[in-house]
Amino acid sequence: MPEEVLQAPLVLEYPFTRTTGPVVGRFLTGLREGVVLGVRRSDGTVMCPPLEYDPADALPLGEMVEVGQSGEVVSWSWGGPRREQQPFDQPVAWALVQLDGADTPMLHAVLVDGPEQMSTGMRVQIEWRDEREGHITDICGFVPENGEAGSQAAAVDLDSVEAVQSVRTPIRLNYSYTPGRALSEYLYAMREKRIIGDRCGDTGQVFVPPRGVSPVAGKATTETVDLPDVGYVESFNITRVPIATRPDLHPPYCSAWIVLDGASVGFMGLVVNCEPESVRLGMRVRAVWKPDDELEISATNILGWEPTGEPDEVIADIERIGRAGTQQTQRGAS
Amino acid sequence: MGKERTAVIGVGQTKYASTRGDVSMAGLLREAAQRALDSAHKTWSDVDAVVMGKAPDFFEGVMMPEIYLAEALGCVGKPIMRVHTAGSVGGSTACVAASMVQSRVHSTVLTIAWEKQSESNAMWALSLPQPFTTSVNAGAGGYFSPIMRRYMAMSDAPELIGCLVAFKDRQHALKNPYAHLHQHDLTFEQVVESPMLWDPIRYSETCPSSDGACAMVLTDEAGGDAHDGPVAWVAGAAMRSESNSYGGRNMVSPAASEQCADDVFAQAGIHDRRAEIDAVEMYVPFSWYEPMWLESLGFAEKGKGWQLVESGATTLDGGDLPVNCSGGVLSSNAIGASGMIRFAEAALQVMGEAGEHQVDGARTAFGHAYGGGAQYFAMWIVSKDK
Repeated sequence: MPEEVLQAPLVLEYPFTRTTGPVVGRFLTGLREGVVLGVRRSDGTVMCPPLEYDPADALPLGEMVEVGQSGEVVSWSWGGPRREQQPFDQPVAWALVQLDGADTPMLHAVLVDGPEQMSTGMRVQIEWRDEREGHITDICGFVPENGEAGSQAAAVDLDSVEAVQSVRTPIRLNYSYTPGRALSEYLYAMREKRIIGDRCGDTGQVFVPPRGVSPVAGKATTETVDLPDVGYVESFNITRVPIATRPDLHPPYCSAWIVLDGASVGFMGLVVNCEPESVRLGMRVRAVWKPDDELEISATNILGWEPTGEPDEVIADIERIGRAGTQQTQRGAS
Repeated sequence: MGKERTAVIGVGQTKYASTRGDVSMAGLLREAAQRALDSAHKTWSDVDAVVMGKAPDFFEGVMMPEIYLAEALGCVGKPIMRVHTAGSVGGSTACVAASMVQSRVHSTVLTIAWEKQSESNAMWALSLPQPFTTSVNAGAGGYFSPIMRRYMAMSDAPELIGCLVAFKDRQHALKNPYAHLHQHDLTFEQVVESPMLWDPIRYSETCPSSDGACAMVLTDEAGGDAHDGPVAWVAGAAMRSESNSYGGRNMVSPAASEQCADDVFAQAGIHDRRAEIDAVEMYVPFSWYEPMWLESLGFAEKGKGWQLVESGATTLDGGDLPVNCSGGVLSSNAIGASGMIRFAEAALQVMGEAGEHQVDGARTAFGHAYGGGAQYFAMWIVSKDK
């Protein structure tokens, strides 16, 4: 194992939309207007924040009642150093705050300078954001009660304002991606314009890209093999619509499963330097590499696959993909 | 002691639509679940356990939604379980729910599957970037079109078979009030002329993107016998999976599909599949999968499935093996729910509750789902007779 296993950052993010439904929507509408609403259960108690269905008897809930804007810290934890995605300027305490008139606590931040200013049972009050949109962050956080704020809402009729029906919930996940040992070797080889696969010791099947494990035998592969950069098209797709994730590809373009000579399975690549309509099952192709001075540790070194002009490969069993290998297993082929 | 006989006594569905902006995810599930309980003449307290399923969390961006949904589904203080097998999940979820009754772990189980696709973009979720490479794949259509192309080459099927399937399923959907697509004015010519997206797949040969949920109430033999209403008895339920790529893999008719079918038909004691099954609900997100699955499931000989389509055998109006009378996945695709809809629609057929899309006199029906790279399979057979 000459080189290190590769690693690279991978960020997945998407601006999801969350439909609120009537109960949570009313709660968020209230926040936008500067009031806090709970929902009354059949036993008369009030849940805030409200739930749509009663945890005890599963009955639907809907009677919204206004609760106070001050309350008591039921429990708390110091949040530690500020984290990048938190909507605060400074470290905060996370607290369960039971608002006056509510029977359940709400999790939110208490904006104090340090844990020494926090205690269970302390009284806190809402600090509202000036610009509110119908989101839980309309509450900046809670501050120790000072008797000044109180409700900002001048008796807004929530039925006469536009109701919140959805919220944007952008999600961003930061991963550290590692392709693992087998794929790392493959990517290093790519830098030298080599394509490697690995062989299953039980069946002789050769997998490209290498996997480290044989899906046929369920065992580690036993041998790394060099493969030529020529093979055939075992099937293909012609994409005729633009794909958001690949703005560089201009439809129509042909993506195909390419089976290299000596490989047991195909892998997907672009067919280039020919009309998509001229691509055929069994068409012989060879890799088109990036110029030598642009080669990287990356599968993107192969720009695509172009026709070789050789006679088409005859695909013996058109239902089956690739080649079953010399020592076939029951599962691998019949 | 054999398996406990298991009955479907209630089915509930939402109207499938591109956006259900009026309800939360919890509200959407609740709608289907309440309808299932109502048709089963049950209340929330009658349910012993809830088994739910949906497709990947990335499809909506709610991680582990089963936790957030506990109170909406009356699960507080009860067992809750989530199943996940990609697109086949709705079917697998029903199989797991049935196994809980069959094994006598629980007497009455609520099972539910859903997707609220409008909250995200499944195409994005299926095409996540990966370092060190660039993907040329283009969502599910880009993945499955080469497989369909292999089937077309293998079977010498006429080019427009897929269009026949799409048109037929959209016609069926007009008789199902829950179907997402109700294309009253659609003509066969319009299907043929719709643009190619992933050649050979036309726009009209693909499924829509839907919000929706589907639920069922399953109960034991005593519960089924006592139920004051129609019942579908589970005659067989099976699941299989396989690796999605190995040398010699049959992509058109995966081994796991054939094994799963053999198992479920054996459980039900069915020998002549085409003759003994009265209605089929199979997972056909792209039109050509109807003839492909007809062959893989043993309803037609290899290479001849398209002839059933061409002959009209799979139409509700006069066919001897009506397929997807509900309109199928081609007319409603709330991904996680799609498999369970197939299972539930099969149950509705033998219960005689399928309304306008009822197959006259249906006694035995087949429900089917597949997922991933055609590598997860779930199937069940339900019968009017115990």
